Amino acid sequence: MAGSLSVDLVGAPARSGARGRLIRWALLRAGGVLFVLWAVATVTFFALQLIPGDPAEAILGGPGSQASAEALAAARAEYGLDAPLPVQYLAYLGRLATGDLGTSYALRDDVASVILDVLGPTLLLAGLSLLVASLIALGLAMWSTRGGRVAAAVGSLLEIVAAAVPHFWLAISLILLFSTTLGWLPPVSVPGGLGLVLPVLTLAIPLAGFLGQVMREALLDALDSPFVLAARARGEGDGGVFWRHALRHAAIPAIGLVGWAFGSLVSGAVVVETIFARQGLGRSLLSAVQGRDVPLVIGIVLVVALAYMLVTTLTDLADRVVDPRLKARS
Amino acid sequence: MTALLSVQNLSVAFGATTVVSGVSFDVQPGECIGIVGESGSGKSVTARALLGLAGPRSTVTADALRFDDTSIADAPPRRLRSLRGRDIGYVSQGALVALDPLRTVGREIGDSLRLHGGLNARQRSERVQSLLADVGVPEPGVRAGQRADQLSGGLRQRAVIASAIALGPQLLIADEPTTALDSTVQAGILDLLDRLRSEGTALILISHDLAVVSRLASRVLVMRGGRIVESGTTARVLTAPRHPYTRQLIAAVPTDRPRGTRLGAPGPGAPFGNSGDPSEAGPVASARPFGNSGDRAEDALETAVPSGSAPRVPEFPKGADGGPGAARGGAPEFPKGTGAAGAREAVVEATGLVRRFGDRLAVDDVGFVLERGRTLGVVGESGSGKTTVARLVLALDRPDAGEVRVLGEPWSAVPERDRRGRRPLVGAIYQDALSSFDPRATVGAILADALSGGRSRRPGTEVAELLEQVGLDSSVAARRPRLLSGGQQQRVAIARAIAPRPRVIVCDEPVSSLDVSVQAQVLDLLDELQRDLGLSYLFITHDLGVVRHVSDDVLVMRDGRVVERGPTEAVFEDPQHEYTRRLLASAPRIAGAAPRG
Amino acid sequence: MEVVSLLVIAFLAVAALAPFLLAPGDPLAIDPLDSFQPPSPAHVFGTDESGRDIFTRIVHGTGASLTIGLAATAIGLGLALVFGLLAGFGPRWLDFGTTRLLEVLFAFPGLLFALLFIVVYGPGVVTSTIAVGLSTAPGYARIIRSRVIQVRTSPFLEASVVLGRSARFRIARHVLPNVAGSLFVLATLGVGQSIVWASSLSYLGLGAVPPAAEWGAMLSAGRTYISSFWWMTFFPGLFIVLSAAATTLLGRAIQQRGRES
Repeated sequence: MAGSLSVDLVGAPARSGARGRLIRWALLRAGGVLFVLWAVATVTFFALQLIPGDPAEAILGGPGSQASAEALAAARAEYGLDAPLPVQYLAYLGRLATGDLGTSYALRDDVASVILDVLGPTLLLAGLSLLVASLIALGLAMWSTRGGRVAAAVGSLLEIVAAAVPHFWLAISLILLFSTTLGWLPPVSVPGGLGLVLPVLTLAIPLAGFLGQVMREALLDALDSPFVLAARARGEGDGGVFWRHALRHAAIPAIGLVGWAFGSLVSGAVVVETIFARQGLGRSLLSAVQGRDVPLVIGIVLVVALAYMLVTTLTDLADRVVDPRLKARS
Repeated sequence: MTALLSVQNLSVAFGATTVVSGVSFDVQPGECIGIVGESGSGKSVTARALLGLAGPRSTVTADALRFDDTSIADAPPRRLRSLRGRDIGYVSQGALVALDPLRTVGREIGDSLRLHGGLNARQRSERVQSLLADVGVPEPGVRAGQRADQLSGGLRQRAVIASAIALGPQLLIADEPTTALDSTVQAGILDLLDRLRSEGTALILISHDLAVVSRLASRVLVMRGGRIVESGTTARVLTAPRHPYTRQLIAAVPTDRPRGTRLGAPGPGAPFGNSGDPSEAGPVASARPFGNSGDRAEDALETAVPSGSAPRVPEFPKGADGGPGAARGGAPEFPKGTGAAGAREAVVEATGLVRRFGDRLAVDDVGFVLERGRTLGVVGESGSGKTTVARLVLALDRPDAGEVRVLGEPWSAVPERDRRGRRPLVGAIYQDALSSFDPRATVGAILADALSGGRSRRPGTEVAELLEQVGLDSSVAARRPRLLSGGQQQRVAIARAIAPRPRVIVCDEPVSSLDVSVQAQVLDLLDELQRDLGLSYLFITHDLGVVRHVSDDVLVMRDGRVVERGPTEAVFEDPQHEYTRRLLASAPRIAGAAPRG
Repeated sequence: MEVVSLLVIAFLAVAALAPFLLAPGDPLAIDPLDSFQPPSPAHVFGTDESGRDIFTRIVHGTGASLTIGLAATAIGLGLALVFGLLAGFGPRWLDFGTTRLLEVLFAFPGLLFALLFIVVYGPGVVTSTIAVGLSTAPGYARIIRSRVIQVRTSPFLEASVVLGRSARFRIARHVLPNVAGSLFVLATLGVGQSIVWASSLSYLGLGAVPPAAEWGAMLSAGRTYISSFWWMTFFPGLFIVLSAAATTLLGRAIQQRGRES
């Protein structure tokens, strides 16, 4: 017996290495984020150089504004538009580094403060929608694993349809149902909780469709697995199996989707804020695009990119907490 | 003495399919009974039904299914849950997946205590550690905080056993507890189970491996197709089996079977009683004349030849004697058969092979010579480097030092573009045949592709010939490998390997995932082909019984080095190296079978 | 389930290719006196601001709308194929570079990239189609790349090496066909998604505009009248949902079949 053990031994990993690994990971991550931000800023800068027409004209109210030559020259000087391209680019990067996002053409206000004003409501909307979507998805997944084949088919169908529904159409339908016909909820956003219900639902339902599909598959897989059988053989009941084992396994792919979900929510916010006349980043972005307000567009895109990187970093961290195998691997 | 567990006429069905029927047996306190069967025999479903865990879509009926004084068939869920873990413990195979990969081992073991005992967290933690120590896990404090993937196979299985015995159950059900473990590790687990039994725990040991079961069980049940075909004391069943299936099962085990003897019976319809067949040593001579008895057609689950087809004469060359260690004297019907009978051409030569992965030395100064028409077995436990050696010989990997030569010409040292033309000389078959096939291809396409790169002028007939050579009906060509059984898939893989007329085939664990009776047929096929085609085999396996049966010479590997080498019989009869001795001692043998020689 | 989606797709195909079979009227016929009529037996889906019959316009707009969806998907997949294959097959540095590029592109989530594109090139049907195609490309590229890598490292590829097949043979006979299978599924799933996004852009006024009998254009026109004349936006939107759902279901069914066969 003693002889057989010698081939068994696997060394226990040293505890002290864990912290060093975490720091190294964090540094690598930060580097990656900075790189992506720089790349995004660069892509945006060069994309905007492609806009036809004279930027100075756009500043003064768009093409056809009949601006005088001196006004144009003054605008050019103020915005540094007559410097050679590389200089403009470096100046641009420099401004970004100090947090100066420029001045909005149309709103005549500091881009940074414009964004800050509208950031809050959008984050609130996105956060609530994510929460509601997760709850709906979890509920759907749980229900369809209990209810047998019919429930599974219905759940699957609901999920597919939910994922195929455009935000604007869902918004209109919900308004029709709850506002026009039933009169329970206001059709546009009003201060206070009620005004949030329809916008949040509009964003949450399609997202719940995607999350639900993923969670349901992972849940079914987990419930069928040998370790669940072993748990039951120890005397674990259905509840214990779900909360202690299956849920965690189902959460892993869902957490992986949160980064993408954030992007989807921001896109959706553009439509939802417009329909419900809510102040927010999306609506501001839309009007900036319609008005070709270049600095504001750049500013919003950069802020969204930064937020996206933060979200993915957080989900990576969350992933490592939920699935400890990842910690060991890196 | 009333039986601890009493099962009468147990049946389990999933929808319209009955998977287990008419199973009856008793287990006395402190007794160990073994259930032996191959895949599809229903043994695992039976085990789960004993715990009431056959599954939500199952229908379980029995005249009696009684544990102690509880009737499992009618017990309410709460009663069953309190039985599980506390009075009946369950150990399953594949501990990597029987433990939740996201939780620590300590938590998993502690769950049994939490569900049934009144211990607080600290008490549970202490008890977990003492359990781990009890089952032989070193550093239990550290191990309890680790997850399954951080432990080796043997330690994982011990942890699973610890969680099953945490509350000292009266009955322990172990379903394939040692499969996929190395021999030495396997021996340790069996010792542990034996010790538990001697301390009073009744044990139901389920396995496909007769030797494992025979070591611990006082009584044996043989299951097939959901029924018990034979039962009795271990000694009686193994030395005087009554049912043809049992006999076939015992005959199929390659351990102690001499080189060149058939392990299984040939396909249905084949005339029997070939002059080439020797009688073999051992008590199961009565298994021989199987022929065309009614049972046989049913047994041949693996060959695709429909039972009405014309008999196919297996091609045993005349004059082959197949006795132990006999030289392969017959000249192969293959071109290039020059040279005197005694001179053996070296087909593959390896010298000083070294391969490093990072700072791990996977292969350390390995060398050997494989001669024409002979089989060189490479045996070792996991991590011994044998698979890496196979990849080096196949030129799928480049050695850091050393060289491989094929038919005297450089092989490993040459760039791929120069080597490609000679690749047909070296073929390969793997453990998982299915994953080596393009998932979108039919069998016919796979084989046609192997025949001269798909440029053969008459692929249809050549494919049919190939299939016949490996014992498959030509109708298989139109099917997808996914739909074939494991044995059939491996036959297709063999057909593909011989299609380009190779001189040597590297076999990497080709029978390890097959049932014993199927394994027997495949090994017989490989033997036949070697004789007919003059092939040489580099046969890699961890199974000592198999390697002894198939190899002329053997290499024993450990941690990348060859620790012993020589003619098979010499090494097995009189091992020189201490590791070889330990390896041989740990290999489970069928109790009661006469050892060779 | 699949039967229903096949029926829907058949209906759409007929509508796209031979709209007059299903709606004999003229989609551009104006009748100002009849404008803003709610759904009725005369006009099943009501009329729009110029009195045009909405049902007729929806049916006649099918072709254009589906074309947009297909075109955007083709652009997206085409680009994705190039990048995905490069990353999957190329040397390590190419893979690294492409993956970094994809990461950057992912930082423009969802519609943002499309909006950026439109800021530069202006609104309109063509730009919005290209914009949607470009924004879906990174997602597809990532999937294609991982599929290529998965196939390349499969055991059956090694078996092919052992048989002595050249790299070119292996790629042509084994890798590409296996990758192509997933591509088809991606395409069917993608068409639905592209239709949804393109219509969202149109709804925002950045895509197609009236009088084109195209679903997006109809949405754009109906935007201002949501609360009062909801049918102008509801019904085109309904058809968008149906098309997207039908193609998605079809794609999933094909995926299922592929797994089982």
